[in-house]
Amino acid sequence: MATTQAATDTAGGVLPAVPGSPQSGGGVEREFTVKARSQRQQIIRRFLHNGVGMTGLVIFVLLLIFGFLGPFITGKAYDELNRNAQSVPPGTDGYLMGSDAIGRDLMAGIMTGVQRSLFIVLLFVVIAFPLGLLVGALAGYFGKWVDSLLMRFVDLILTVPLLVVLIVVASNFPGSRTPLGVGVILGLFGWLDLARIVRSQFLSLREKEYVEAAHAMGASNSRIIFKHLIPNTLGSLIVWTTLAAATAITLEAALTYLGFGVNGANQTSLGRLVSDGVQAASTRPWLFYFPGIALLVIVLSINLIGDGIRDAFDPSNRRVRA
Amino acid sequence: MFFFTIRRILASVLVLLVSSFLVFTLCAASFDPLAQYYRRQPTPPPAFFDNLREQLGLNDNFFIRYWHWLSGVLTGDFGETINGTPVAEQLGGRILVTGRMIVAAVVIAVLLAVVVGVIGAVRQYRASDYALTFLVYILIALPTFWFAALLKEFVAGGVNDLLGSQVLYTIGEETPGLSLYASGWELWSDRLGHLILPTISLAMLSFAAWSRFQRAAMLDVLGSDYMRLARAKGLTYRRTVVKHGLRNALIPLTTVVALGIGTLFGGAVITETVFVWHGMGEYLLKSGIGQNDINVVLGWLLVSAVFVVVFNLIADILYAVLDPRIRLA
Repeated sequence: MATTQAATDTAGGVLPAVPGSPQSGGGVEREFTVKARSQRQQIIRRFLHNGVGMTGLVIFVLLLIFGFLGPFITGKAYDELNRNAQSVPPGTDGYLMGSDAIGRDLMAGIMTGVQRSLFIVLLFVVIAFPLGLLVGALAGYFGKWVDSLLMRFVDLILTVPLLVVLIVVASNFPGSRTPLGVGVILGLFGWLDLARIVRSQFLSLREKEYVEAAHAMGASNSRIIFKHLIPNTLGSLIVWTTLAAATAITLEAALTYLGFGVNGANQTSLGRLVSDGVQAASTRPWLFYFPGIALLVIVLSINLIGDGIRDAFDPSNRRVRA
Repeated sequence: MFFFTIRRILASVLVLLVSSFLVFTLCAASFDPLAQYYRRQPTPPPAFFDNLREQLGLNDNFFIRYWHWLSGVLTGDFGETINGTPVAEQLGGRILVTGRMIVAAVVIAVLLAVVVGVIGAVRQYRASDYALTFLVYILIALPTFWFAALLKEFVAGGVNDLLGSQVLYTIGEETPGLSLYASGWELWSDRLGHLILPTISLAMLSFAAWSRFQRAAMLDVLGSDYMRLARAKGLTYRRTVVKHGLRNALIPLTTVVALGIGTLFGGAVITETVFVWHGMGEYLLKSGIGQNDINVVLGWLLVSAVFVVVFNLIADILYAVLDPRIRLA
């Protein structure tokens, strides 16, 4: 009952949109793209009405503003050392979150840390996403020996905990003590679960009638993969990206804490601040609380966004749509 | 079922073999057993290095070296550390220490995950569901070492003050030297005091993700027809939820937990570092990577691979036991 209603709903949404569509092309092509747009609009609308996801998004945007515009407002840079304000508690002399042992403003540090964390996440996604997508797509689409080869390889790397793989590699990779190095290492080893997700989706999608139809019309393998299969896995791809981004931030912190992450002179990251703060927990608790809470909030907000997107892409959630 | 199990075991052995080769390749490529001598002042003469190379068999073909190592491992010989002590013996002791931490944590985490997951599902969209969900989200986002440090710095002190004596310890797995003269209750209560905080830390962080699985699985089951049938036949709500619902909703969790135990090894690395436990994690970081000791790292990676593969196997078999449809596939 609910499904039929939803189906007519979609159809009703498609028809009026056709004349106005700027991408009107060939007959079949047009109907497909128009449908996709309306579906996208539905998903966006569902996300906008999702309280959890929107809460995450708002917090995340606020954090971005804090991290990128904040330094201009406070006028303090993290590498500014103030001899007269060493280890001051929060709220004194314009140090809203206090300062550390060499007189650096903690709030400026957290702002820089937020920037670095986003840089790491960006690098991680840019490297891991294509790798995971490619491996998963090849394995899932071609099956047989390609699948066995690639997936057994993935299984093998997964026999060692990811954190340990990262530690072993980082310990032998001298350039890894900067946000850049950490981002690259995370990217090189963080795609394994994405490959598994994409593969399992492709395994079922490639049996669909529209893929058979595309084959029959002479579409090449790459066209089927890029035009038909990947757009249909978009939901899982976006969800993976958000959740993996949150994991990447946590992993950076863990690596740094263990001494294999951001560790050089003049290097900052949220993980670096939290790790330093742990050492000072009993003497200067503000150095412990604020960076930890910042890390918690940023990871939490990204996870909430991810959950909101997952719900928005879930077709069984259609009835919730406002 | 018998053949299914045999087939899975054979496949696991094969995976382990290939994994040992991969691990060996990784380590041989990234660790130089002679590195510690390069840094010596004055630099040893070239003849010294040639000798050492010959002695350690580094001049041999890569595959021959792998074979030497593997045949050693199969007879329980993991080689020696750079200080000349056998790796296998140390690994054995370390596994027991880490195991003590993980086993208790897993048991608590599973129980909590089931309780919280089921409550969340049965009371979906009520206040208790929202409160639990919020708590779980916070726990998932918490950095392991920060949470552990929080427990260590603030909870331990508070509890000890409250009880008026040191009950919770924040460092080590037992009071140093205690096992030399104490035994029985004294030793075990001391160990328990050291165990509580790391266990809470590990359990809290693993239960959070697992409870989400449990909640989703339970929600799936609650909406199914056989639950309605059970109610229609006159069973009480509680009975349907526990006997018909929970039993089926536990299936996905067993797999997730079994797979998660392998990963817990990685999480234990951080927890051990915070609480200064001399377990597997510390062994890898300090004795292995810190000393550039290839045999230690190799041994560690292999043991961790064995754990992951064995628990994968357990997950597969458990799944087949719990859900007969799997066996046919």
